[in-house]
Amino acid sequence: MNSYIVKRILVLLPVLLGMTLIVFSIIHAIPGDPAETILGQKATEQSKQALRDQLGLDKPWFHQYFAYLGDLLQGDLGTSIRTKVPIAQEIVPYLTATLELTMASMLFAVIIGVNAGIVSAWKHNSWFDYCCMVIALVGVSMPIFWLGLMEQWLFANKLHWLPSIGRMNARDPVEAITGLYVLDTMIAGRWDQLWTVTKHLILPSVALGTIPMAVIARMTRSSMLEVMSSDYIRTAKAKGLGPFFVVYGHALKNAFIPVLTVIGIQTGSLLGGAVLTETIFAWPGVGRYIYEAISSRDYPVIQSGILIVAFFFVLINLIVDLLYAVFDPRISYK
Amino acid sequence: MRKKWMSSFLTLALSTVLVLSGCSSNEEAGNSPAPAEGTDPPTETAAQDTMIMGRGGDSVALDPAIVTDGESLKIGHQVFDSLLDYKEGETEVVPGLAESWEISADGLKYTFKLKSGVKFHDGTDFNAEAVVFNFNRWSDPASEYKFEGDSFDYYDSMFGPEDGRVIKEVKAIDETTVEFTLNQPQAPFLQNIAMTPFGIASPTAIQEKKENFKSEPVGTGPFVFVEWKRNDSITLEKNPNYWKEGLPKLNKVIVRSIPDNTARFNALQNGEIDVMEDLNPDDLSILEGNSELQKIERPPFNVAYIGFNFKKKPFDDVKVRQALNHAVNKQGIIDAFFAGQAQPAVNPMPPTLWGYNDAIEDYPYDLEKAKALLAEAGFPDGLPDPVTFYAMPVSRPYMPDGKKVAEAIQADFEKIGVTVNIESPEWATYLDDAKAGEKDDLYMLGWTGDNGDPDNFLYTLLDKDAIPGNNRSFYVNEELHVLLTDAQKETDQDKRAELYKQAQVIIKEDAPWIPLVHTTPILAGKANLKGFVPSPLGSESYANAYFE
Repeated sequence: MNSYIVKRILVLLPVLLGMTLIVFSIIHAIPGDPAETILGQKATEQSKQALRDQLGLDKPWFHQYFAYLGDLLQGDLGTSIRTKVPIAQEIVPYLTATLELTMASMLFAVIIGVNAGIVSAWKHNSWFDYCCMVIALVGVSMPIFWLGLMEQWLFANKLHWLPSIGRMNARDPVEAITGLYVLDTMIAGRWDQLWTVTKHLILPSVALGTIPMAVIARMTRSSMLEVMSSDYIRTAKAKGLGPFFVVYGHALKNAFIPVLTVIGIQTGSLLGGAVLTETIFAWPGVGRYIYEAISSRDYPVIQSGILIVAFFFVLINLIVDLLYAVFDPRISYK
Repeated sequence: MRKKWMSSFLTLALSTVLVLSGCSSNEEAGNSPAPAEGTDPPTETAAQDTMIMGRGGDSVALDPAIVTDGESLKIGHQVFDSLLDYKEGETEVVPGLAESWEISADGLKYTFKLKSGVKFHDGTDFNAEAVVFNFNRWSDPASEYKFEGDSFDYYDSMFGPEDGRVIKEVKAIDETTVEFTLNQPQAPFLQNIAMTPFGIASPTAIQEKKENFKSEPVGTGPFVFVEWKRNDSITLEKNPNYWKEGLPKLNKVIVRSIPDNTARFNALQNGEIDVMEDLNPDDLSILEGNSELQKIERPPFNVAYIGFNFKKKPFDDVKVRQALNHAVNKQGIIDAFFAGQAQPAVNPMPPTLWGYNDAIEDYPYDLEKAKALLAEAGFPDGLPDPVTFYAMPVSRPYMPDGKKVAEAIQADFEKIGVTVNIESPEWATYLDDAKAGEKDDLYMLGWTGDNGDPDNFLYTLLDKDAIPGNNRSFYVNEELHVLLTDAQKETDQDKRAELYKQAQVIIKEDAPWIPLVHTTPILAGKANLKGFVPSPLGSESYANAYFE
């Protein structure tokens, strides 16, 4: 298994290298003068020229690419043009914010999605099944923007149950230790803050997790339907096992592999695709970091930001692949 | 064997989570009659001493000298003081760190008497040497305190670039006297000195913190910088030793970035923030219907306009430009897209600014007159080719929704036989294209004044010196150029005002723009927030704000 992991990691290298090349080429194909965008309308022509010189923007793109790659190999992600802060240092809080949000969203999506899928498959063609599938269909097609604003309006403005923006109560700020606030408040033993932080997570995670939830529910349902009709389930039923053990003890394990794939892909896409949610809920995450870099032509941030998201995406895929083997030992490592 | 154990464990763990999730949702449904605690309270009972401000974007850097964006300067205004300041809510210059000043007869020497006993947040003394240190840092391109990637753009644009500095020398005469010698007279000098980018920073802090100074600023201002969570919040605390007696009134200010206007308004209504900037015009009626909130108006100090591209035919013809000026229904646009929070623009600068020429009459909305003028220009059936109209893809205080406004104008132009293609490329490309002047025939832009001087509108936007740059119309009028450059050297304000009035007459006649509107940006705050006076220049001090 160890050699498998090593091989898998080695495969990642050309993937990441290809990624740098693609991102770099696309960014440099965008028209417009980055110096103007970065420095703003009120900047002088001189300082714009100075910036162009400093960034090597006047040099051919492959020159810039190899310079970037060289820095990257030394662990230097570059410096943000806009804020002039090293990206490796700047990106960490954004990344942890997004990780926390993504994990909460996936927890929501997996718990609701898998359960709904199981029950739908179990009560196949019942009213519950139909309802779930209609909800799943609506969930997939729901615009995140609209859903987020509606959540805020209802749960924050009208009912005052939940906070509408940010990661914590600004009047009682959380001390960042790991950057994952749920964890940080526990480490600090601040249970009241843990509760507040958790509540801040609810609305954005539901907004972000709705689409994966719907996708997971549909996948679980179809996968379960297939497994439930197989011989060993019939045997298990014949042995007199209760429906709970049949479903969760026997069927789910085998039905879970395609679901796992979907979970992996969805998690990856959430990492980079959380821009809308992060905008509406003022969540200081990596999606917004990259988005703002794009609108201000902050090349180094766009490149490194996308690269890091891609890296996590690939990492999640790796984890999913390894989990396959755990769920189904027949999957070989060749 | 081990794998089997792991798989059983994972399955068990998963099913436990699944079962628990079912239970917990029941529990919550069962015993949650009251609103949950711990949410930011919707109303405060005791007098509040922390103000949370919600705004659309984060700061780029906290050293105001190296930035040009408004969001950064807003924080700069709290942490730093300049030698001079603007009167609260106005653009008139008042004393700041300098108590008084004298100007030599030839307008080349400014002697400032500084306040004594003022300390920077790090405990070091503010004095004449500190002023000299700051001005040298900004003007010397080889300064060791100009850190990598930094540029002092506002210094360069207000006091001339390296090869043409206005300020020749800054000298400390004694502890509290500093003398500025200029290379040439600069009429708006005092207005410029008062700008936030020229806030005086602690020399010790710059020497110690070096490039970290831009994220850990130290000034003499009413609030002390505490923490910056990027894209999230900036925390400031009261400066207990502030030199203005009894200020600031708040203990703490937290400035949060909430990009979406509607989400920000939601947060205000939910009590998570106390005051917000940039309300959507559409939300105005909700704001006015909520007795717990108040509307705060920023005095109008901007202009939104449509510029003609003189490089393109037939827009080099004044008759065509005047014709199109007649074809825009400004009041209709204001009613439809600005919720009434704007006034029609006649001149390229707002009427609240001194030197505004109110004798000038606008081209009235008159389609017949427009057609007649087009006919005179040789286009009796309207323009033969479709016109490319660049409409802003981003929202700005002077233009919340450029595309909708462009569509309204398109419909009017259609009536006089001018076919319009609206284009809205992404913002960076937009600015580039408009500056190059190759693609657009008409473009939409705007400007918010920096320093309360007409020069900052007329010369900056319409002089031939601003090509390439902010004069994206490529409008050149020698007579205007002479007026505007004379006005820069004239030190008598009445005489300057006269020059600017003449300049506006020329501009109106030449019609390089269709001036559209001067907007009144709307802020919203809790009803018990007092003393919050917005500045027309975009960034105000929060020192006087308090809660009742």
